[in-house]
Formats: sequence, structure tokens, C-alpha cells
Amino acid sequence: MSEKYNVSRRFFLKTSSALSALALIPDKVKALYERTKSFLIPSKETVPLSVTINNKNYKFDADSRTTLLDLLRENLHLTGTKKGCDHGQCGACTVHVDGQRVLSCLTLAAMVPGKKVTTIEGLADGDQLHPMQAAFIECDGFQCGYCTPGQIMSAVACVNEGHTRSVAEIKEFMSGNLCRCGAYNGIVESIQKVAG
Amino acid sequence: MRPFTFSQPGTISQALSAKKDAVQFIAGGTNLLDLMKKHIAEPETLIDVNKSLSQNIVTDQQGISIGAMVKNSTVAADPQVVKNFPLVAKAILAGASPQIRNMASTSGNLLQRTRCPYFYDISLPCNKRKQGSGCSALQGDNRMSAIVGWNDQCVAVHPSDFCISLAALDATVEVTGQDQQQVSIPFKDFHKLPENTPGRDNNLPANALITSVKIPANGFAKHHAYVKVRDRDSYAFALVSVAAALQLDGQVIREARLASGGVAHKPWRWYEAEQFLKGKKATTANFKQAAAIAAGTAKPLPHNKFKVLMLQGAIEVALQNCLTA
Repeated sequence: MSEKYNVSRRFFLKTSSALSALALIPDKVKALYERTKSFLIPSKETVPLSVTINNKNYKFDADSRTTLLDLLRENLHLTGTKKGCDHGQCGACTVHVDGQRVLSCLTLAAMVPGKKVTTIEGLADGDQLHPMQAAFIECDGFQCGYCTPGQIMSAVACVNEGHTRSVAEIKEFMSGNLCRCGAYNGIVESIQKVAG
Repeated sequence: MRPFTFSQPGTISQALSAKKDAVQFIAGGTNLLDLMKKHIAEPETLIDVNKSLSQNIVTDQQGISIGAMVKNSTVAADPQVVKNFPLVAKAILAGASPQIRNMASTSGNLLQRTRCPYFYDISLPCNKRKQGSGCSALQGDNRMSAIVGWNDQCVAVHPSDFCISLAALDATVEVTGQDQQQVSIPFKDFHKLPENTPGRDNNLPANALITSVKIPANGFAKHHAYVKVRDRDSYAFALVSVAAALQLDGQVIREARLASGGVAHKPWRWYEAEQFLKGKKATTANFKQAAAIAAGTAKPLPHNKFKVLMLQGAIEVALQNCLTA
């Protein structure tokens, strides 16, 4: 039986591409980069962060430019939250901050300390799916699945807010989440099912 | 994004004393972060004012005061706003998405930049981004652009819905300046037309902060409507929007308010049409006439002639809806 290595596919691809790219750069380019990097690349500012994500506390220093989305995906490897447009137009990056749905791509990580962040990874209770996750599976609330974490986070908030009195109201209050596959009917059905 | 230093002052005086030209205030960030990602805004320092300014809504006999940091969704759901200023709640709910309304602040909504595509494309000229470089929309795709109040320098429109209701209800913008002096700016004078300074969207004094928005008590809660026409049913900026409010004495209109979004560089009031309606009966014929008066003043661009008829229709519908609201 082969030994199991604790290396993710994502880590392997990132590291191996970076190493091959580095090996292919000629020495002259490397030398030029070393000489010019101080004025080509502005020095970054770091901020100390202490954040609570899915009831776990994290402490580290991060670039002040880090958005909550990049903090989740790049620093904490919580890749369930998706980067769609990165400009607040698609809703794929929707998470909850203090129970309210927000766009993590337009939230600075530096503005989150002291608040409770919940991502798609924090919805299930162990192996027990959140009712909305179960409803999305049952009602075919997705096809490719890329917008799904954002849709589910938004759907959970939509039910909590009580904006489920009619199909029209659900559609209006889910309009911040785009689905290119067009699974909208299944999404509305999932929300109706959970809202009861 | 260009690197920046970051601070979170706890008081307004700390926030104001840290403000210089290369420093920018941030509240909800829904517009500013986007502009920073696109290198349109490049502040050296960001000051988060969420803890420096009011997050409260206060009501008294004079009206309502909405703190600068109150989120758009909180304003729209506030029982006093819903009861006494329902036009404001309706306008807010017609804008953006639930996620963005949960993030966006009251003062940030007033200060958001235009959504003109040329303003966001840094490879093309734009007088709003770079004074003197030219207006790309004037000869380019100006389907979404202004139909009133524009000039050769800029044809961009103000994107807010919230502000259209505030303009209609004669709100005031409460401002604290660098010298701690407090000023009250009438809403109609807050935003400006392009004039020779299209880079400036409003008359907020340099390095000052909006502390609250006040709406005077009024008799418009019963008869009001917000009509927004856009390319898709929800989560899109207005092609044309209309905030309408009437005070009726039986059949007779005692006072009328009409304001529009998507038509000008600032929230636009239709004063002549309002004047026409005053003292007249609330009839379809009078509503049609008022709409025609407003639309008659429009000067559309090559790609947005459709907006004139759309506006006329939207005003008529909004006024009719005032009677059934």
C-alpha cells in the first residue's frame, strides 16, 4: 500500500509551476530584477489581523490590500468561497459577517477584526449538511457549481431575513447572485423548501 | 492595488486631523475598493471611518437624522423610515443587491462615483479621471449617459437611487469640515453639474466628512412612488428612475415632488413640472402634461434618445402610482 502524502493538488500545482518558471528565467533577467525591484515594486504595508472565521480565531500579519476573499482563499486556504468577477458584480464571493450577507471581494480584511465571519465551510454541522445545502442537492439548485457557495450563503441569509413570501420576492432578494448555468428555478425551489 | 497604510480612528476629530489630499476615507468600500483595484483611486492612506461616525437613526418632530455610517439595508428596514419616509425605503431597495446594501453606508452612497464605462476604462480619455483628456462618451457609446445638464466636458450620470428620494424630499447633508465647523448643505446644492470641473461630483468641502443626512418631516408618506427602468429586472443601474410624491387635499394637489436618476450628473429635480401640478387636480391628463413638461427640457445624445420617451412614461406611471401606493 502506497504511503499517503499530505500534499494537496493545489499546493503541488502552485509549487511545481513556480519552480519550473524560476528555473527557466535567464540569469541576466534575475540580476536586472534584483537591481530594479526596489523602485519598480512599491513596498507593501502590513497590518496585524485577528479574525474569527467559522468560530476559529486566526492571528497573522497581512498586506493591507488583502480583501476578505483573498484572506480566505490565499492565506487560510478556505477555497469554498469563490472569486468570480472580483468587482462586486456576481455574488460568488458572498459570506456572512456578523450574520449579514456581504461581498468578501469588496471587504478589506483589515476591516473585519472583531466581527464573526461565516463561510460555506462553516455551514454544515460535521457531516450533517445545512438544510439549504441539502435542499440545493435535492432541488437541482446548481449545474457547474461555481456560483453555488455564494448562492447558498445568500439563500441562507434570504430565509433568515424573511424575504421568501413569494417567488418574485425571492428572485428580487437573490438578484445579487448570478448563475451562468441558469439554475435559477432550482435555486428558488431550494429556498422555498427551506423557508417552508 | 497600490499599497496603502491603514488606520481606524475612534473619533471624528481624529479622522479629520489624519485627512490630507493623498488620504482617503473608507466606509462600506463597495465603490472605493473597486476603484482602487482598477487604479482609478490610488490613496496612500486609508482611514476607516466606521468607528468615527454615527451608526444611529434619530427621529424627532422636525424629521429624521440618518447617521453617516448607517447601512443602506438598515435605513430601508427602519420602522420610522418605512412609516414616515417610505419613498426612501423604496428607492434604496431598488438599488444594488442585498449584499451591497448590507455593506454600503449612507454617506458613501452620496459620494459614490459615476458608473460611466469610460470612467472605469483607464486606457481611454475621461475628463472626470484626467481633466482635459476629453470625454470619450460624448462621441462614443452614450446610451447610458445624461439627457439633461450635460456639457462637452462630461455626460456621465449619478448612479444612486437613495439620493433621488433624498433630493425629492429636500434632505440636507450635514458636514463637518477640517476646522470642526459644522455646515448644513441643502441636497439640491450637494451634487453638482460637470461645469468646468467634471472631476468633482459634489460640493463637499475639501477633506470634510459627512456626519448625517436629515430629512424634514413631510406629508408625502401616503402618496409616493419610485419607478426605476433598467436593462434587467433587478441589480442594474437605472436607465431612467423617477421618485414622485404628492400631498393631496381631496382631489387637489397641494404639493408635488418629482426627481430623477439616470438622467443627469446629479439627482435631478423637475421643478417646472412640480410647479405645474401644484393646485391642479390629480388627473391622468394633468399627470401626462407634467411628464411632457419635464421630458420637453431633455437634450438627448445620439444613443439615448429613447430615454426621453422612457422618462415621460416613467413620470406618468410614477404619478399614477402615487394614487394607489
